Amino acid sequence: MKEERSSNYLRAIFAVAWKDLAAEMRSKELLSAMLVFALLVIMIFNFALELDIKTRNSVTAGVLWVTFAFAGTLGLNRSMAIEKDRGCLDGLLLAPVDRSAIYFGKAISNLAFMLIVEAIVLPVYSILYNTNLFKPGLLLVILLGSLGYIAVGTLLSAMSVQTRTRDVMLPILLFPIILPILIAAVRASGGYLQDLPFDQILPWINLLIVYDTIFTAISFMVFDYVVEE
Amino acid sequence: MKAKPTTLKVLDIVSLILLAIATYLALVFAPTERIMGDVQRVFYFHVATAWVGLLGFVAAGVTGIIYLRTQDLKWDLIEVAAVEISLVFFFITIILGSIWARPIWNTWWTWDPRLTSASIVELIYLAYLMLRQGIEDPDRRARFGAVYTLVGAVSVPITFVSIRMFRTIHPVVIGNASSKAQGGFGMTGDMKIAFFFALFAFTVIFVDLFWNRIRLGQLQQKVEQLKLKVMD
Repeated sequence: MKEERSSNYLRAIFAVAWKDLAAEMRSKELLSAMLVFALLVIMIFNFALELDIKTRNSVTAGVLWVTFAFAGTLGLNRSMAIEKDRGCLDGLLLAPVDRSAIYFGKAISNLAFMLIVEAIVLPVYSILYNTNLFKPGLLLVILLGSLGYIAVGTLLSAMSVQTRTRDVMLPILLFPIILPILIAAVRASGGYLQDLPFDQILPWINLLIVYDTIFTAISFMVFDYVVEE
Repeated sequence: MKAKPTTLKVLDIVSLILLAIATYLALVFAPTERIMGDVQRVFYFHVATAWVGLLGFVAAGVTGIIYLRTQDLKWDLIEVAAVEISLVFFFITIILGSIWARPIWNTWWTWDPRLTSASIVELIYLAYLMLRQGIEDPDRRARFGAVYTLVGAVSVPITFVSIRMFRTIHPVVIGNASSKAQGGFGMTGDMKIAFFFALFAFTVIFVDLFWNRIRLGQLQQKVEQLKLKVMD
């Protein structure tokens, strides 16, 4: 009986995530917007910072994370706005599953979108600036950073779509909260790009893991209050 | 309409007197610091206002959790009061700190853990107030506010730790300072009197403001109810 319930819970999570991914595979509106936006941000950085070889080494990590953070808000906003506008959220809430399953489902699909965008931005950046970004450590940092970003972002975007100013509200709510993620991720990514010894990078990775754990737990606990009618 | 409670009236006056005495102690009574000179006197109020900001910050986080558990709008009122007080006092702290830092650190601002954390609290609370403004339904407003203060209360200490992992030049007057801290000093007996008195005075002021602000919130609620009654 207990086993059945937990498998139901997992099935609900994957049903929500799959719904998002399937819809996105057909329309591609969210991914294309995030991707074009991300490339534009990199282009703006190119001219704003004059990314020559010397500055490139020190700012690449920062440029990447700002790009991911900005493109991420675009995706989070859209993903929740779709639910709200077409009344899908009410439908989801009527489903006889635990509400946190909806949260995890949305988080998984949001994370998937973010990782897809990152998977395209990284090689593009590598080609444009002739730097090798494909280091296993860096990829781990990007995964951990995105995880924390999405954990908080999914919760806060569920809140911001229900306010009057919606799209404007999300970055204002989100950025001060995810500051630790940005600090740790930029430091750790920079460490890998500059080939620092692992013991100098480890504290930042630990920080990312701690942040991810804490905020996934908090979001899981309070998501009920955010979607309650 | 309930009149202002007598205890609160007394507390108002006591706070004023305490503030006056604390000002006297900080500006006249305490000896001038040998190296930094008079600008060091900012310190007494700087730490005291930061203390009040911190009290408000903790109170907001705790009342947020209590609200989510009880769903009683009374706790929402208290939470807003705490947030507003914390917002104002951290702002005063930052301004006072800048006044001190200009001659001592030779800069108005630096991205030190304390400075950054205080300014992040300001930004989170501004976002909090904007969030509340965008929601009409009082229950939902309270719920979102509570969730956001809770998330902020957890995030800010992590921010503090993560910036501390860089380095810091902020002096630590009580406890151990890092070897890179600039502008630290040892307190003499009279300085300690001024310091702890300021801390005490501002704690009383915090309680007084908190109480007044909660009462204001209750009155606002009443006005809203009366308005609805008239419209019916």
